[in-house]
Amino acid sequence: VTALLQGWLDTPSLTIVAIGALVGIAATLLGTFLVLRRESMLSDAISHSVLLGIVGAYLLTGALDTPWHLVGAALAGLGTVALTDLLVRSRRVKQDAAIGLVFPAMFAAAVLLINLYARDVHLDTDAVLLGEIAFAWLDVVQVGGLEVARSLLTMLAIAAINLAFVLLLYKELKLATFDPALAIALGLRPGLIGYALLGLVSVTAVGAFDAVGAILFVAFVIVPPAAAYLLTDRLGRMLAYGSGIAVASSVAGYLFARAYDVSVGGSMASATGVFLLLAVAFGPKHGLIARALRRRAPLPPPTPPVRATGGGRP
Amino acid sequence: MDLALLLGDFTVRSVALGAGLVGLVAGALGSFAVLRRQSLLGDTLSHAALPGIALGFLISGTRALTPILLGALLSGALAALLVLLLTRATRLKDDAALGISLSLFFAVGTVLLTYAQRHAGAAQAGLDAFLFGQAAAVLPSDLTLIGGVGLVALLALALLWKEFKAVTFDPDFARSLGLPVLALEVALTVLIAVAVVIGLQLVGVILMVALVVAPAAAARQWTRRLEAMVVLAALFGAASGVAGALVSASVRGLATGPVIVLAATAFVAVSLLFAPGRGLLWGLAHAHARRRTLGSHRVLVDLLRLGQDHRDPAYASEQGMLDTYFGGRTGDVLRRLRRRGLVERVDHMPEEGAHWVLTPAGQAQARELLVPFGGRQERDA
Repeated sequence: VTALLQGWLDTPSLTIVAIGALVGIAATLLGTFLVLRRESMLSDAISHSVLLGIVGAYLLTGALDTPWHLVGAALAGLGTVALTDLLVRSRRVKQDAAIGLVFPAMFAAAVLLINLYARDVHLDTDAVLLGEIAFAWLDVVQVGGLEVARSLLTMLAIAAINLAFVLLLYKELKLATFDPALAIALGLRPGLIGYALLGLVSVTAVGAFDAVGAILFVAFVIVPPAAAYLLTDRLGRMLAYGSGIAVASSVAGYLFARAYDVSVGGSMASATGVFLLLAVAFGPKHGLIARALRRRAPLPPPTPPVRATGGGRP
Repeated sequence: MDLALLLGDFTVRSVALGAGLVGLVAGALGSFAVLRRQSLLGDTLSHAALPGIALGFLISGTRALTPILLGALLSGALAALLVLLLTRATRLKDDAALGISLSLFFAVGTVLLTYAQRHAGAAQAGLDAFLFGQAAAVLPSDLTLIGGVGLVALLALALLWKEFKAVTFDPDFARSLGLPVLALEVALTVLIAVAVVIGLQLVGVILMVALVVAPAAAARQWTRRLEAMVVLAALFGAASGVAGALVSASVRGLATGPVIVLAATAFVAVSLLFAPGRGLLWGLAHAHARRRTLGSHRVLVDLLRLGQDHRDPAYASEQGMLDTYFGGRTGDVLRRLRRRGLVERVDHMPEEGAHWVLTPAGQAQARELLVPFGGRQERDA
C-alpha cells in the first residue's frame, strides 16, 4: 500500500490536481458563508493584505515557512477587517470606499518592504500573485516514510481545519449568516463567528498563495459558492455542490493548462467561471432557461383574494 | 539623490509629469465612483484590465501602448458588463458579482499572460510591469498618449458636468428632466475605466483602485460641494502621483505603484484626522468639550438638589459625596466652576476634606439648567 501511495505522490499531475482541489474545497467551505453574508469582496481585500503579515513575519523571524507566517497572515487579515469596520463606524467613509482604501495600502506597504528588505529571498511578488502550482511537487517533506509535497500537506491540514470549523459550528454559522438578530437573542456571538470565519480565510489565503496565488484564490472563494447558490436553496447542498465544482475545476483547469502550456492556477480559476456560466444558464430553479420557461408557462389559476377581516380599517 | 538633481533629469521629470496627470484624472473621476458607492467597481475594472493587456499585446505583436490600452479598456468594459448582467439576471448580489468578475477576468488574464510569455516572447516586452507599475518601463511616446487620453477624459467630464452631477446625486430627478440616465451612467463608468487604464503602466492593475478611491475619499473630508471635492481630489491625486514617481526614482528598485498608493493613503489619513469640521480629531475635541460642559452642568444641578434636600441653598456638600453622585472624580469640574465664580470651597475641619457651596450665581445658573425639565423640580414638594 505504501508503495502504491508513494507512486501516486510521485506523480506530479496527481499532486498538482490534488493541491488545486484542496485549495478549492478549503476556499469554498468558507466562501459559501461569505457569499451569503454579502462579504465576498472582503476575501479580495484579505487575500491582498495577508502579504503584509507574511512579510512582517519574515522580517521578524528571518525565515520563510515558519508557523509565524500563518499567525502574521491571520493578524493582517483580521486587521484589514477591523480597520475597515473602524473607518465605516467613524461614518467618514462608506464601506465600499473603506475596503478600497485599506487593502491597497497594506498591499503597497508589503510590496515596498519586499523591495527594500527582502529582495534576495524567495518572496517574489509575481509568484504571490500568480502562484507556482506547477512546481509545487518539487518541494517535498518526509512524513511517515512517504515523500509528500509540502503544499499538499499544508492544504490538507487547512482544508481539514476549515471542514472541522464548518461541521462543528454549522448551526452557529447558519444562524449568524441568516438571522444575526436571532443569534444574538440566543446568546451566540455572530460578530465573533464572523471574525473567526475571516481569520480562517486569511490562513487559507496563505496556504493557497503557493498554489494558485492571491487573486486566483479569490476566484475559488467566490465563484464555486456563487455557482452553487444558483443551483440550490439549501445550505448543506450549497457547500457540497460548491466543493464539487471546485474539484472539477481543478481537474479541468489542469488538463487545459497542460494542453496549451499556460498558467495552471489561472486555468483552474478560469474553469470555475465555466461552471458558473453553466449554472447561470441551466440552474434548475434560478437559471436563465428555467426562469424563461416559467415565464412562458400558463399562469396558475388566480387564487381568490383574501379579504381582511377585522383589520380595523373602515 | 537630491531633488534638484532629480528634477533636472529629463526622464524623471517626464515620468513625474505623467504620474501627476494620471493622479489628476483618477482623482477627479474617482470622486464620482466614491460618491456613487462604486469604489470597488474601480478594483474590478483595474484587475479586469489584465486579459486586455495580454490580448492587446498578442494581437498587435508589439509592446506599443495604444493596442494594449485599447485592450485594457475593452476588457474593463466587459467586466463591468458582466457585473451588471450577474446582478440583473441572477439572484447574485453586487458584492459577489464584483468579486466574480474581478477574479475570473484576472484568471483569464494570467492564462493569456503566460501564453504570451511562453509563445509570443512577451517576457522581453516586460508585460509584468503592468502588475505593479514601473516608471522605468514608460517611454516618452507612452507619456504623450497617457496625457492626451487623460485630457480628453477631463474634457468630457467638463462638458457633461451638469448631467453627471444630476445622475450622481438624484437619478430620479435627472430622469424627470428627460436626461438619458442609463447612457450617462454608462458614460461615467467608461470614463472611470479610462482613468484606470491610463494609470496601469505607472501604478499597476493591482493597486490602481487606490488612486481612484483614496484622493476622492480624502477630498470628501474637506468639503461638501462636488466642485470643490473634484478639484481637491484631482490635486491630491496629482500630488500623490508626482511624489510617488520622484521617490521611486530616487531609491533603486522601488516599484512606482506602491509608493504612489502610500502617498495617496497619507492624504487620506491626514484628511480623516485633521479636516476642519469633519476630521476625527475635531470630533474628539468637540466631544471632549461637550463632556466637560455636561459634567459641569451635572455637578451644578447635583449641588442645587443637595441644597434643596437639606432645605439650605448654601448647604456645603462633601466632595466625596459629590463623587458618588457624579459617578467619578469631580475635583477638576469643581475647580473649573470655582474659577467661573459658580461654587466656593469651604473647609469645616481639615480631616473632613473639601466641601463645596453654590454661590448665588451658581444657584441661578443651576435653576436655569432645570427650566427645560419643568422648572425647579422640587423633589420634596
